[in-house]
Amino acid sequence: MQIKIDENGNFKPTIVAFCCNWCSYAGADLAGTSRLSYPANVKIVRVPCSCRVNPLFILRAFQRGADGVILCGCHPGDCHYTTGNYYTRRRMTLLFNMLDYLGIERDRTRVEWVSAAEGAKMARVMNEFVARICELGENKRLEDLRCKKSLEE
Amino acid sequence: MQEIFGRIKKRAAELFADGTVTRMVGWQKGESDYDKTPAVFGPDMKGFVYDGFCGANLSKYLINLSKVEGRTLVLLKPCDSYSFNQLLTEHRIDRDKVYAIGIDCNGKLDINKIRALGVKGIRSVAEEGDEVVLDTVYGSKRVKRSEVLLDRCYCCKGKDHVAGDEFILAEKRVDTTTTDRFELVKKLEAMTPDERYEFWRGELSRCIRCNACRNVCPACSCVKCVFDNPALGTDSKANSDTFEENMFHIIRAFHVAGRCTDCGECSRVCPQHIPLHLLNRKFIRDIDELYGEYQAGAEVGQRGPLTDFAKNDAEPGATPDKGGKK
Ligand code: SF4
Ligand code: SF4
Repeated sequence: MQIKIDENGNFKPTIVAFCCNWCSYAGADLAGTSRLSYPANVKIVRVPCSCRVNPLFILRAFQRGADGVILCGCHPGDCHYTTGNYYTRRRMTLLFNMLDYLGIERDRTRVEWVSAAEGAKMARVMNEFVARICELGENKRLEDLRCKKSLEE
Repeated sequence: MQEIFGRIKKRAAELFADGTVTRMVGWQKGESDYDKTPAVFGPDMKGFVYDGFCGANLSKYLINLSKVEGRTLVLLKPCDSYSFNQLLTEHRIDRDKVYAIGIDCNGKLDINKIRALGVKGIRSVAEEGDEVVLDTVYGSKRVKRSEVLLDRCYCCKGKDHVAGDEFILAEKRVDTTTTDRFELVKKLEAMTPDERYEFWRGELSRCIRCNACRNVCPACSCVKCVFDNPALGTDSKANSDTFEENMFHIIRAFHVAGRCTDCGECSRVCPQHIPLHLLNRKFIRDIDELYGEYQAGAEVGQRGPLTDFAKNDAEPGATPDKGGKK
């Protein structure tokens, strides 16, 4: 079972962050080397480009126990592959609107553009996001009970 | 309708006779009068019918019929012609192997609406002008056509075809459009997330994962579908599990986003009466509001909104209603 409770008995969410290799992953790296802190429960998944993230990845993360999913990519216009993040932007806009339409909390999903030089932004965004998810509590509306079971065993 | 049917039959016979086509895809009587199913016919056209229950969109059958020898005659209602164009855009149909006749449509009937009026024990159905005559074990009943149409017909895209080699149309065309297709979407958007969640739980939890909505969808034309992967985790129907349903329905709707012509077939075939079109229309509405109005299938060769972008697109999180930055 994942540890969702910290030593003080408070809810400790699991966050999945998809970070593009060229900007955001480097941004997260910079946050680390600059000794800026962001919560350890943010699990980073490195992707070649934010455009690599299929909507299914996001849903799958929720299924496997994420309480929030954040997608970080290069700023529009700065994509390593020129236009990848423009497609991401449309795709995620529609996906997030759909989640909201189904009544799944909008704040559980987020897209942020973080460049390789923005270590401080990375730390801030992650702290903000984790704080928001803590307020929202555990993900109940996109959970997969079967996955929870198998995690408990 | 009877007159149109006669004209279609006559014209089809001519096309068979002069060798233009070798087969025709149309409708035949299924298990009952109100159950008309798609079928492929030879020159004798045995069992071919066209009436108010021929709601099925035939365009998807052309994918497989494009792969066989000879040319196929297809009958397209106005809404089907959009799907036909969309399939052409996606190179799923060989245009040279199809001869398309755009046929008249005065709205298709919904048997569930007829039943909801308390009509039971239906033995046969006939149409007389703007009335439907039902012969039941309890006697004869008449209902107004305009009261029992499929939901999609009340927000019909219009009775003009966007594709076709020729057309067989009635002299007096019936307009069935009465409502704004986004009415319910807007209503849902105005509700609180909790209310929306309740609403969708009530609808989606009935899903038996029969995949009818996917199979019938002309936009769902992938050779290998993501839902055929048993490891996906959506094909066993575990009760009490919110995820499977949401996953299945989000993915199904997302895969057709920007390509869905809003033909309404998914909702028509759903045995559980789940309003799937409300998911598709949410995407259509967002696309219209955020990226400019777009009707999939209006023309052949259009570039879909999800395979395109603008430098100043809205940021994720911006909703049309909430005054999102454009
Ligand atoms: S939507 Fe329009 S064209 Fe399609 S079946 Fe209904 S009335 Fe006919
Ligand atoms: S047709 Fe209806 S019941 Fe069948 S899979 Fe689709 S939504 Fe579920």
